[in-house]
Amino acid sequence: MSAVLEVTDIKKNFGGISAVGGVSFDVREGEILGLIGPNGCGKSTLFNCILGQLTPSGGEVKLDGKVVTGLRPAELNKLGVSRTFQLLQVFPKLSVRENLILAGQEHQGSMASRLVGRSDAGLTEAANQMIGFFKLDHLADEPAGGLSYGQQKLLDAAMAFMGGPRLVLLDEPAGGVNPSMLADLKDRLVAINREKNATFVVIEHNMEFVMSLCSRVMVMAEGKVLAMGRPDEVRKDPAVIEAYLGH
Amino acid sequence: MSGFAKPLKIALGVVVIAGLIVVPMNFNRYGLFILSQWAVMAIAAMGLNLTLGYAGQVSLAQGAFVGIGAYAAAIMTTHGWPLPAAIVVAIGLSFAVGWVLGYPALRVQHHYLAFVTLAFSTLAFLVFRNESWLTGGIYGISNIPRPHIFGIATNKPLPFYYVCLGSLAIVSLAVWWLIRSPWGRAFMALRENPLRAQSLGVDTRRYTLMAFAIGSALGGVAGALYAPLTQYIDPVPFNLSLSLDLLMMVIVGGAGFFLGPFLGAMIAVLLPEWLRFTEGYYLMLYAIAVMGLLIWSPTGILGILDRYLAERRTKAASALRAVAKSRLETVQ
Repeated sequence: MSAVLEVTDIKKNFGGISAVGGVSFDVREGEILGLIGPNGCGKSTLFNCILGQLTPSGGEVKLDGKVVTGLRPAELNKLGVSRTFQLLQVFPKLSVRENLILAGQEHQGSMASRLVGRSDAGLTEAANQMIGFFKLDHLADEPAGGLSYGQQKLLDAAMAFMGGPRLVLLDEPAGGVNPSMLADLKDRLVAINREKNATFVVIEHNMEFVMSLCSRVMVMAEGKVLAMGRPDEVRKDPAVIEAYLGH
Repeated sequence: MSGFAKPLKIALGVVVIAGLIVVPMNFNRYGLFILSQWAVMAIAAMGLNLTLGYAGQVSLAQGAFVGIGAYAAAIMTTHGWPLPAAIVVAIGLSFAVGWVLGYPALRVQHHYLAFVTLAFSTLAFLVFRNESWLTGGIYGISNIPRPHIFGIATNKPLPFYYVCLGSLAIVSLAVWWLIRSPWGRAFMALRENPLRAQSLGVDTRRYTLMAFAIGSALGGVAGALYAPLTQYIDPVPFNLSLSLDLLMMVIVGGAGFFLGPFLGAMIAVLLPEWLRFTEGYYLMLYAIAVMGLLIWSPTGILGILDRYLAERRTKAASALRAVAKSRLETVQ
């Protein structure tokens, strides 16, 4: 399997504090890689460096073998890299359907064609399919800000898939989502992973979720990679137990 | 505003448009001037509504763009150019300057952006006043001609009112198209959540600059009509207070609503006239009315209507749910 994403020695300092201290790993085509670690260990900072939301202090990010370090988030998204957020990030006043249409529109045609061309171009149809897929049918015309926390998390995930991404970085998709909805979300992720051959990197604290979803798990502590391997291997690693349970 | 039935909305629209065409036919000179001013200000407010209401970028410089358009039209038409050519130049000039003014918005937001645009507004005023070789300085530019449209002279108030109204119609259609296109959605994404927008491939830099440039260009159009309307311009009408007036029109009408600027401009231009019978008190009453409205509904006049319709929808939906529930219970 070839690597979709190769991260080499990424560093990020905030003033004198090192949040990410030289992390290297690769993500293989079609896999679901889990990323776990205690709070504040640099997982989200690492995501933001990969996605261009933060400029890394050092290191390199390659997508399909091409260096993409320093590209802006919108440019990376057009190359097929999408993400979800730890905290709710939807467009509260737009309806669920409009949120999804918006999530897909920038992947079609040029900016000029989006002004003078047809304003729809199959996007409503695609949005409706996504709504059905994530079981949000009864909420399609509601403003996204009126949805419950868990429903907004689902919408956030659905939005990440609208552009047909190859690689999706999910930041705590399970946080605050109730168990039955969570089982749904997992089914959806597995289905997209298999059918569309999309590759995922998932930050999560819910161990059961990570262990059952991911093919490999990377453990971070204090800005560094502590362990990497199959879920059952990682779970038994003494260094991992030490980092999680403390001294 | 999806709560009204479509035929009702269309009928209402036709009545209003017919009214705007027919009723002013027996207005006097002054009434027509006020109504033309309403149309011109509505165009400028629509531009600001695009920048502020849809794209969420605060600007205290819309009045300066009206000034840029007005001076461009005044200088060109007094040198023998036709008004349509002047309008094209006014659009191009204010689009370009608006684009440049958009750059600070890529770094600063909200109050800070308001201050940057406020400084620009002052700068523009100083240019209008001090560069007298071009603008006539404090003496301004007089004898601005009114155009011939399809061979018809528009010197009289009524034909020129129709020029303003026609321009308002064209601008309205263009803005309607724009906000319903993917660009309109991208503008709203800037307002609602720029961080999320970026990660969905929305080029927030380019859309922010576009929001400023297009909004400013509409200010330029308004200015290019304002000059032949008053037939005399000097720097005073384009100082900061015009920018604040336009901001008030957008907020009072309802920022982010398509029809907001029409209502806002109506209140700002017509209400003071209607209150004139109170003589010395009219400006005070006007100020109190505006304060009262914004305390009652911070989202403007259309915000009230929108809330009412949303409430009615919710009530209808919960009634349906109650019926469904009682049916379920009877079945059990």
